[in-house]
Amino acid sequence: MSEIARTHQPLFQAGVVRTALLDAVRKLSPRRMIRYPVMFVVEVGSAFTTLLFIHAALTGNGDASAWFILAISAWLWFTVLFANFAEALAEGRGKAQADALRQARQDVLAQRLRRGAALSWLQADAAQREEALETVASSLLHVGDVVYVAAGALIPGDGEVVEGVASVDESAITGESAPVIRESGGDRSAVTGGTRVLSDWLVVRITANPGETFLDRMIAMVGGAKRQKTPNEIALDILLAALTLIFLLVTVTLLPFSLFAIEVSGQGAPASLTVLVALLVCLIPTTIGGLLSAIGIAGMDRMIQANVIATSGRAVEAAGDVDVMLLDKTGTITLGNRQATGLLPAPGVTARELAEAAQLASLTDETPEGRSIVLLAQQKFEVEPPRAGALDARFVPFTAQTRMSGVDQGARRIRKGATDAIARFVEEGAGRIPAEVLALVESTARQGSTPLVVADGARVLGVIQLKDIVKSGIKERFAELRRIGIKTVMITGDNPLTAAAIAAEAGVDDFLAEATPEAKLAMVRSYQQEGHLVAMTGDGTNDAPALAQADVAVAMNTGTQAAKEAGNMVDLDSNPTKLLSIVEIGKQMLMTRGALTTFSVANDLAKYFAIIPAVFVSTYPGLEALDVMRLASPRSAVLSAVIFNALIIVALIPLALRGVRYRPAPAAALLRRNVLLYGVGGVLLPFPCIKLIDLALSAAGVS
Amino acid sequence: MIADALQFFLILALATGLAALVGKAMAHLFTSPAHLALERLTYRVLGVAPDEEMSWRRYGVLLLLSNAAMMTLGYLLLRLQEHLPGDPLARASQPPDQAFNTAASFITNTNWQSYSGEASLSNVSQMVVITFLMTVSAATGIAAAGAFLRGLSRKSAAALGNYWVDLTRVTYRLLLPLCFVVALLLVWQGVPQTLSAEAVVTTLEGQAQHLVVGPVASLEAIKHIGTNGGGFYGMNSAHPFENPTPLTNTLHILGMLLIPAAFTFTLGAMVLRRRQGWAFLGAFTVMFLGFLAVVYTAERGGNPLLAQHGVDQLGSELHAGGNLEGKELRFGIAQTSLFVTVTTAATTGSVDSMHSSLTPLGGLVPLAQMMLNSVFGGDGVGLINLLTYALLTVFLVGMMIGRTPEFLGKKIEAREMKLVMLAVLVHAFSILGFTALACVVPSTVASLSNGGPHAFSEVLYAYTSGTANNGSAFAGFNANTPFFNTTIGLAMLVGRYLTLLPMLAVAGALAAKRVVPQGPGTMATDGPLFTALLVFVVLVVGGLTFLPALALGPIVEHLLMGAGASF
Repeated sequence: MSEIARTHQPLFQAGVVRTALLDAVRKLSPRRMIRYPVMFVVEVGSAFTTLLFIHAALTGNGDASAWFILAISAWLWFTVLFANFAEALAEGRGKAQADALRQARQDVLAQRLRRGAALSWLQADAAQREEALETVASSLLHVGDVVYVAAGALIPGDGEVVEGVASVDESAITGESAPVIRESGGDRSAVTGGTRVLSDWLVVRITANPGETFLDRMIAMVGGAKRQKTPNEIALDILLAALTLIFLLVTVTLLPFSLFAIEVSGQGAPASLTVLVALLVCLIPTTIGGLLSAIGIAGMDRMIQANVIATSGRAVEAAGDVDVMLLDKTGTITLGNRQATGLLPAPGVTARELAEAAQLASLTDETPEGRSIVLLAQQKFEVEPPRAGALDARFVPFTAQTRMSGVDQGARRIRKGATDAIARFVEEGAGRIPAEVLALVESTARQGSTPLVVADGARVLGVIQLKDIVKSGIKERFAELRRIGIKTVMITGDNPLTAAAIAAEAGVDDFLAEATPEAKLAMVRSYQQEGHLVAMTGDGTNDAPALAQADVAVAMNTGTQAAKEAGNMVDLDSNPTKLLSIVEIGKQMLMTRGALTTFSVANDLAKYFAIIPAVFVSTYPGLEALDVMRLASPRSAVLSAVIFNALIIVALIPLALRGVRYRPAPAAALLRRNVLLYGVGGVLLPFPCIKLIDLALSAAGVS
Repeated sequence: MIADALQFFLILALATGLAALVGKAMAHLFTSPAHLALERLTYRVLGVAPDEEMSWRRYGVLLLLSNAAMMTLGYLLLRLQEHLPGDPLARASQPPDQAFNTAASFITNTNWQSYSGEASLSNVSQMVVITFLMTVSAATGIAAAGAFLRGLSRKSAAALGNYWVDLTRVTYRLLLPLCFVVALLLVWQGVPQTLSAEAVVTTLEGQAQHLVVGPVASLEAIKHIGTNGGGFYGMNSAHPFENPTPLTNTLHILGMLLIPAAFTFTLGAMVLRRRQGWAFLGAFTVMFLGFLAVVYTAERGGNPLLAQHGVDQLGSELHAGGNLEGKELRFGIAQTSLFVTVTTAATTGSVDSMHSSLTPLGGLVPLAQMMLNSVFGGDGVGLINLLTYALLTVFLVGMMIGRTPEFLGKKIEAREMKLVMLAVLVHAFSILGFTALACVVPSTVASLSNGGPHAFSEVLYAYTSGTANNGSAFAGFNANTPFFNTTIGLAMLVGRYLTLLPMLAVAGALAAKRVVPQGPGTMATDGPLFTALLVFVVLVVGGLTFLPALALGPIVEHLLMGAGASF
């Protein structure tokens, strides 16, 4: 499902592992452990058996032989340490990333507009600009402050461009080296602190207080500093704590039971405390209890590797539950670049004339749209493109202000562009767009294509039709989504007719045409009312209400501040197709959690068969029959089970961090496969493993 | 062997057919807006507003208070029995600890009896206390399950229905008509139904024998329809006046299974997913058949220790064969095994044989079924218990499809998990905690009639039976001591209300939730895979909790029996 090439870090990096080992010990602090009820019980058990060992070693008259207690105690400590190590390792991977980000957050000097100074002073001469500005540390900037950022300077904080156009290097955050344009007004006005202005200058109104900037939040998320348990994690924690309580009860009552058994059968010795603690630790779900937080952190980490910053673990979890996706047509379903498919000449203009002009205007236009115009003219109207260098022409590139591009050749000024831009252009030459051409423009738009008007000076030549091209493979992708129960809805500003045509071509389940912000919001709401969980992407300010309402809302990093704040994830690559990968990561995290929970509980069966005979064999030798694994001795049986219990945590760390393999399939198939793997496997696997450990212990002469 | 299997099959098929009919009627009972004239009159007399919709909290509080009031009434009547008119045999009042135990026992649908009916209770008490409490306790359980099903079937709703309406309708429309029919059938088969206290007959030796009689048939009818289990006589359903013929034995079995099985159909109808009902019936049946097979083969196989002494345990023309100790020859191995399995599955607790005399493995089955408490289970509560495990199953394995867990389109979140686990915990705590307490109390040994693991089984059985609201006993154990009367009484109350109330709260929480539309991406809970997983979770969670205790009781006894030791 994922088409995004992820930068896979190796699971175990020497540096990260070293820190994690230290952290594992540091995390033993009971004040922290108490947040993890399962592992806290193990820690208490470890401490208790350590005391039992000291008592046995000092008095020589312990609960069991001193070395046995020591061995159990040591492995119980290992169990806790392994679990802590898993979490530390998961955190460590994120921390390395956070450190890199932190370097971008260096305190810089900002040029702040003085109180009482007017914005217009900035556009005046350098002296007046000097007077208007004061230099302050970026950490002192607050919401509402206005700063001036010159070329080469770092933007001191998150904000909105109020004046100016500039190219900005955002690689510190996105990892993307190509600079992006930031300008006031419109959907490209948001800038992020820590990015660098490369050319020109910007006046930015700060929108985040120190410590609350995007970079700060990102560092907190990546570093896991502010990690809160997600709702599902809390529910699972309750389940695990309750199971722990039940097993605590089971083992605690075994003592009076065994004393009673001795009383009524007149033989045997009561169960030893060490063995009961060992039994307790083996029975409580230590595997999932130890790995639960690592799974959550690793889920966030996978998001980060996909270049998506989720503002909370809750959002990642919700991604797994999504069953309706609202997808923007442009960029997600169709190629962002349209292709020229037709040339419609104005009255009194020949098709060839139009083709020549259109081709000329597009010669140096290196966008796919431009190239497609050149190609269309060449193929359909057999207009051979002249070599650009051979012409005595000056090419006029597309700019955000003019929204036209074209060529000046001698007296000819050929332009192509949006209807209103061309209208302004021809009005300069006292011309106007003929009504016939406006009709062509309208009919083109109605068919779902985009019209570009071509003008030569004040004379309008005609219309170029640019058509949307549905991405190859997207149809199969949607079919796959439908198979796993996710409904796709295309959102477009097009008219219903065009939208329907594209929707049918792309194979989406539904579409929303002529989408207004209100319509989008209403659609999200109505799906939610029916019980669906809705995911969507957006970048513009007008997407913000719908983004805020959606359960999983991915804002494009190139989007406006409003969009980013309304969403609960930001895609640094600004790739709307990423939504599919986000859902995959969410599902994978939940699956990993479920798989390890099932595995953990299923494991208990074998441990019972190892330990129960060992506990009671002194009272009722007949119970030996339950020892189906034929373990060497009761002590070896208990030790083997405890060792297995500890080692399985380490063995599953890679699974917890990488996540179980996700193949898109209907729920029934996924369930069947995972039940077989982690349920049945979880029941069976411990038997041979415990037996092997027992054999190894016997071979080492320990039993 | 084949004849026995055929018999099991026929009875289960008949039970399923009847359950389908009754289940549909129950769905109508819980959803119909119309009141009968008699019901309207009842509401007017009681001064309740039948159209009030109650939150789970109000529903639960009323359930608790009404049960408390009725229990107090029962307690007072038992304490005042000797001062009440109408008993020519002038039976004494019960002492305080026993009266508490009896009142708690019958209001919780347990029917644990630390007394012997014919010796201890007057006909007035049998009718006004015992039969009355049997009816309302069953009605309470059924009403609660009805409310729970409303919680499952409603969306974004705040209320679960009206407790008074549910209780009244269940009594008037379901229990009374069913019991009336069953009582008539029992009378036809020879079960006494009279207001006189005794029949005096002259025996062959020419001596006068006093036979205690009374309103037996009416009590027997609700005893099984209501999954109660308390006998008119101390011998319970092994007594010929309670259970004279194989036909009545079969009627009793059908009566016990009827409502618990019918609830799966009610569920299917109320949540509009028939297959979901079948899936739950499947889970019940699979577990039931497994346990039945264990009892049957263990009892059929007989006792190897007896075989050594030349006892003929092979079936022949003259007797059914197998382990016949403590069994009625009228019923034989097959009917007894079926009765044992049904009475502890449906947590009725009536007995037509002595459970203490079962082979160790045969005795393990009643214990295990009561510990799991969700193989059919009692009226209403059985379904609630299975749903408790269903929610647990969904949570444990549901995430493996990559979604947060949901059941019937409702998300299972922290609040539901907390309450579900509370119900599971309370059950385990009551059984293991009280048993452990009894193990350290020195006086316990005096109540035991056996040694070794069997002694432990007796204690474990008592608290398991109490907590699971079953009421059957490992006969031989003297439970009529202040300690046991009090602690078993508490176990019954805890086992009933502290599991029922949390689950009502779950129902309230579920009712308030939105429903996620089902599709290929959501987990199907109505197929064979889910049924298998549900059974697995019931067995694993139940098994893991109680296996060590069982190992010290019936399991070790079985192993030692193989080694030649007896207790």
